[in-house]
Amino acid sequence: MKFIPTSSKALRIACGLAALCVYTFALAEPEALLIIKNHRFEPTEIKVPAGQRVRLTVHNQDTTPEEFESHKLNREKVVPPGAKVVIYIGPLKQGKYEFWGEYNEATAKGVVVAE
Amino acid sequence: MFATALIVFRETLEAALFVGIVAAATRGLPGRAGWLAGGVFAGVIGALALAAGADRVSALAGGIGQDLVNVGILSVALVMLAWHCIWVSTHGKEMSQDAKQLGTSVREGTHAPRTLMIAVALAVLREGAETVLFVAGLATGASGNSQGTLVGASLGLLGGIVLGLMIYFGLSRVKPQRLFVVTNVLILLLAAAIASQLARALAQSGLVDVWSGTLWDTSGVLQTDSPIGILLHALVGYDARPSGLQLAFYLSTLAIISLLTRQMHRHQQRNNAQAHMGSLVRAR
Repeated sequence: MKFIPTSSKALRIACGLAALCVYTFALAEPEALLIIKNHRFEPTEIKVPAGQRVRLTVHNQDTTPEEFESHKLNREKVVPPGAKVVIYIGPLKQGKYEFWGEYNEATAKGVVVAE
Repeated sequence: MFATALIVFRETLEAALFVGIVAAATRGLPGRAGWLAGGVFAGVIGALALAAGADRVSALAGGIGQDLVNVGILSVALVMLAWHCIWVSTHGKEMSQDAKQLGTSVREGTHAPRTLMIAVALAVLREGAETVLFVAGLATGASGNSQGTLVGASLGLLGGIVLGLMIYFGLSRVKPQRLFVVTNVLILLLAAAIASQLARALAQSGLVDVWSGTLWDTSGVLQTDSPIGILLHALVGYDARPSGLQLAFYLSTLAIISLLTRQMHRHQQRNNAQAHMGSLVRAR
């Protein structure tokens, strides 16, 4: 029965390595956070590096669903109330990329600026 | 109310066109009404379930759960449509004969609706879940006027159904001999459009990171959210700013289905020729 602790130790090391890999992978990728509150995006302007894929997290703090949509980014994704979703965007050329909330187009607007 | 109607219309449009085309493609086949109704019903039930579990689904896999579900739905739908296209190429003649002999002897022809029923259910499921989520959010929201929401949603849904009926009756005017060729081309394009959406879902979820840059931009000529743009997006997968991966998926779907169709067709002809030769030999 000696092998059990060893294997569990090996497992722990493997897990640690895997976590490290995921961590460094996540670190290597630029990230941005967008919050939906009162049918508005916060911030309304996000700066991201051009030429790199960006991991965008959208957190809907409202009690109603929203759909993140952008033709320029070629993305659309529903964000249920209270949910945090991840959307990968780009790599983008330098420029401005408008996005909006399809369910509240009047108020929910923003822009991604790639530089 | 008008805004609600418009959003619901936009969400249901794709599924409605899809059902309309499939209904036309299977015209005159035995048991079609049951298959279609079953597909739509299963899709609606699935959409309600998916909408009810939306918050849990979207939290899966670190926030890309929805995309994973979409990838699954789109992949299965793509295989079903591809299978249908290839199947029709070998059985198209029998199908058009069946269509001409409405209500007479039932031969083969139950396989096609089965794959199409799954595709219909998946189309309704995918578009329906978003609609249900949106309407439920409005109806229960604090700011909402739930009566206006429901009226708007019903109007939007009605608009979608009318559009589906329009394409169905439009296609019904095509001569039966040509109907299967026409609908098969439409289904082939639908398959390519789904492949392009699949490519986008893969990039959006971060699962695939190749050729994700925008290839071209035709939004100056035709915007994706203009009425014609929306229609072309639903029918042939029009995208004003496609990525390289989307184009690759689109074109390879067209190529692979066409190639397999031709292969199957040739195989079928050879079999028929052999059978013909055999009967000639026997006749002697």
